[in-house]
Amino acid sequence: MILRVMLLFLFISPPKVFSPDGTGKKLTIVMNIPDTLRTQITTLNLLRECSDGKLDTLNILPFLKTYTDNELDYRKEYRYKILAYSNGNLIYESEWSEYARPTAKWFDKGKLPLFIVMMVFTIIMIFYIAQARANKPLYLRPIAGLEAVNEAIGRATEMGRPIIYINGLTGISDIATIAALNILSHVTKRAGQFETRIVVPCYDPVVYTIAREIVKEAYTTIGRPDLFNPDDVYFATDSQFGYAAHVAARMVREQSATNFFMGYYFAESLILSETGASTGAIQVAGTDSVAQLPFFVVTCDYTLIGEELYAASAYLSREPLLTGTIKAQDLAKLLLVIIMVLLSLLSLFNVNITLGLF
Amino acid sequence: MSVRDFFIKLSKIDRKYIYLIILIGLIIPLVFPPNFPQKMSPQVKRVFEFIDTLPKGSYVILSADYDPSVAPEVHPMYKAVVKHCILRGIIPIGMTLGVQGAGLAVEAFTEAERVLGARRDTDYVFLGYQAGGAVVILGLGEDIKGVYKTDYFGTKTTEIYALKPVKNYKDIALVISFSGSSIPVTWAVYAYTKYGVKVAAAVTGVSAGDFYPYIQAGQFIGMLAGMKAAAEYEYAVNQILKERNIREKPSTDAIRMMDANSIGQLLIILFIIIGNIGYFLSRRRK
Amino acid sequence: MRHLFEKQIPLALVFIIGIIMTIQYFVPHPTSQNVYDTSLMWSRAISSMAYVMAIISFLRFHTKRLKNKNYAPYSLVAILSFTAMVLIGFIGGTAKDSLFQKIYENMMVPLQATTFSLLAFYMSSAAYRAFRIRGVEATVLMITAFIVIFGTTTIGNYVPKMNEIVEWIMAVPNLASKRGIIIGVGLGVVATSIKIILGIERNWVGG
Repeated sequence: MILRVMLLFLFISPPKVFSPDGTGKKLTIVMNIPDTLRTQITTLNLLRECSDGKLDTLNILPFLKTYTDNELDYRKEYRYKILAYSNGNLIYESEWSEYARPTAKWFDKGKLPLFIVMMVFTIIMIFYIAQARANKPLYLRPIAGLEAVNEAIGRATEMGRPIIYINGLTGISDIATIAALNILSHVTKRAGQFETRIVVPCYDPVVYTIAREIVKEAYTTIGRPDLFNPDDVYFATDSQFGYAAHVAARMVREQSATNFFMGYYFAESLILSETGASTGAIQVAGTDSVAQLPFFVVTCDYTLIGEELYAASAYLSREPLLTGTIKAQDLAKLLLVIIMVLLSLLSLFNVNITLGLF
Repeated sequence: MSVRDFFIKLSKIDRKYIYLIILIGLIIPLVFPPNFPQKMSPQVKRVFEFIDTLPKGSYVILSADYDPSVAPEVHPMYKAVVKHCILRGIIPIGMTLGVQGAGLAVEAFTEAERVLGARRDTDYVFLGYQAGGAVVILGLGEDIKGVYKTDYFGTKTTEIYALKPVKNYKDIALVISFSGSSIPVTWAVYAYTKYGVKVAAAVTGVSAGDFYPYIQAGQFIGMLAGMKAAAEYEYAVNQILKERNIREKPSTDAIRMMDANSIGQLLIILFIIIGNIGYFLSRRRK
Repeated sequence: MRHLFEKQIPLALVFIIGIIMTIQYFVPHPTSQNVYDTSLMWSRAISSMAYVMAIISFLRFHTKRLKNKNYAPYSLVAILSFTAMVLIGFIGGTAKDSLFQKIYENMMVPLQATTFSLLAFYMSSAAYRAFRIRGVEATVLMITAFIVIFGTTTIGNYVPKMNEIVEWIMAVPNLASKRGIIIGVGLGVVATSIKIILGIERNWVGG
């Protein structure tokens, strides 16, 4: 028995400690506990000593072979010792490991491919912006939904009924909402030229404050600040179905002539669009929510699918700088498709290259 | 009024009547359940037959990784699979990676006790919730009793009779992850890829589309997707209960809901057909 | 002066903070993480202020509507419900068994479920109206929808090969187009973000 215990001590090394990433907060401890001993362990503790002398005990799951210690300080060093217990009795105590410092790096090498792709994309964008600035005509294919914006606003003007514009059900941190707000500016300017009322019920408080300023500024830009009615851009509620019920009720009571659904939507999308369809309104939707696109396609007159929502601002304004970025987007997509097709073909011949991108 | 005029008028019917017909079509099967026979689809059949042909005394892990929001679709599946295992003498080991799943899983096992007279720690084991996600999945591959020192009810796992022959995935015939999110993928990545244990998914209908690539790659042996799969499995288990002359009223939650669902969908198909007939006839007239 | 505060300063701020946060994403150093944590705190503080403005807007909107006899009853209910919940929450607390939670669970949740259930009816009227054989694409849409709807009913299992066809539609064309849209959206998001950071897109600040 004593020989067995001595032999065990001979074969068990102190834990190995290394820094798994560059966040400066983590250390991974590798514990080489033999399986024969592991089955007896009921409690496994790691004793952690900091370079400033502070001692802590960490209780970890007994079956773990590695453990990552979080929330450390990259300015200090740490070392670890394994303490294994079986029913309260200490059965194993390792030597202290070497001191290790959580590494704090200034660049995450794992994100290098992403960085390269981002730089390539930015360079392409700058190239096309320069082309657009040099007044070279850039062709954009017609997008039915965007061509119909004028028609939709005109209809509301003729019928003397308001336009309802919805920015989606996500906050300002979602790019789809920002794209929706960009389109709101265009739509407001065009509607303002015909003195057509535009109603913007908002779901998110921050989006409400921004939408309010956008509408106000849009009217001011076209020289009609008097058209701005603060009660037309308002916060409805931040309850999903409460918002859907409110907007649906508003559509039915005011009999809006035109509805715009731009942004990100969830399950309430069909409630909004079908109610609008039942009132006979012309509806234009634009969303990057893949799950809700079928509902909009079926119930709306025009739908902007995915990236068409992001292209809308450039399309409506026809500003050279913005159209240049659309061309850049298209080229980047083309390059991506070529790479995917090539890599797929190569994989048919068992040549598997991912370039660190996929 | 001619037949043509009838169809043209019908194709322009006010939506109020459509809603009324749908309402009646959904309420009647919920109040007076027709209990249509549910034939098994291929994916469900794969999972069912796998369990059905396991030798008596095999072990299956049933991980209740779902919450109350998806319970109407997924919970009937869990209950049906638990009963199926116990009826075939297979020992289900219940567990969950999400806190909310524990209560739902206990309900399923309690129902099995009531209907089949199943005995805890002999005919089934419920380990409960363990935090850690992928770490737990990996840990089960080394030592199940090491990950779960006690079961959900506080009994030491080393003392549970049914768990005595079980150490890790090598002793487990199948793992089924019941979830409303992408947790089954984590099971496929860690449990199947590293340890080779067979995995199946039981998911909501909406998320099922995302898991087909894993079935095609062989990482899942099959999939129970949505209300339809729940109804099919439930029906098959109820047939076994009937064969064994078990008197307790079988669970028909999923079957009832699927019957209403089917009638609703058939009504939609009918409306589409009528709408198109009327549309064609009105175009011809022009 | 107005131009400086309403346009130039916001654009400059967005540019500087946009570049900082882009660099932050690639830098794992704890200093970078502190910048991220601080920016999250700031955005939470801004959201809280926005809530104050939103509530003022909500109350103002409904108070004005009290004068209109068509909308008055609904606006009255909205204002009274809002006031009641605020008072109940402040006085009785929002803990698990509080009156606030009971009202939420017994009124809000069923109301949400009721509104959600409208989808069943709206789906049928939308399908009825939309699935007409108008052209090639509409016909393909209709046939696909027909197969998938029928295949997911109980009777669909009795039609030979129906399940395989439905599975193929969901696993191949459906998933492929979904992934294509997601790739396009990803590029659109990157492009829009760069445009906003570089100040090319200015509509959010008034054009």
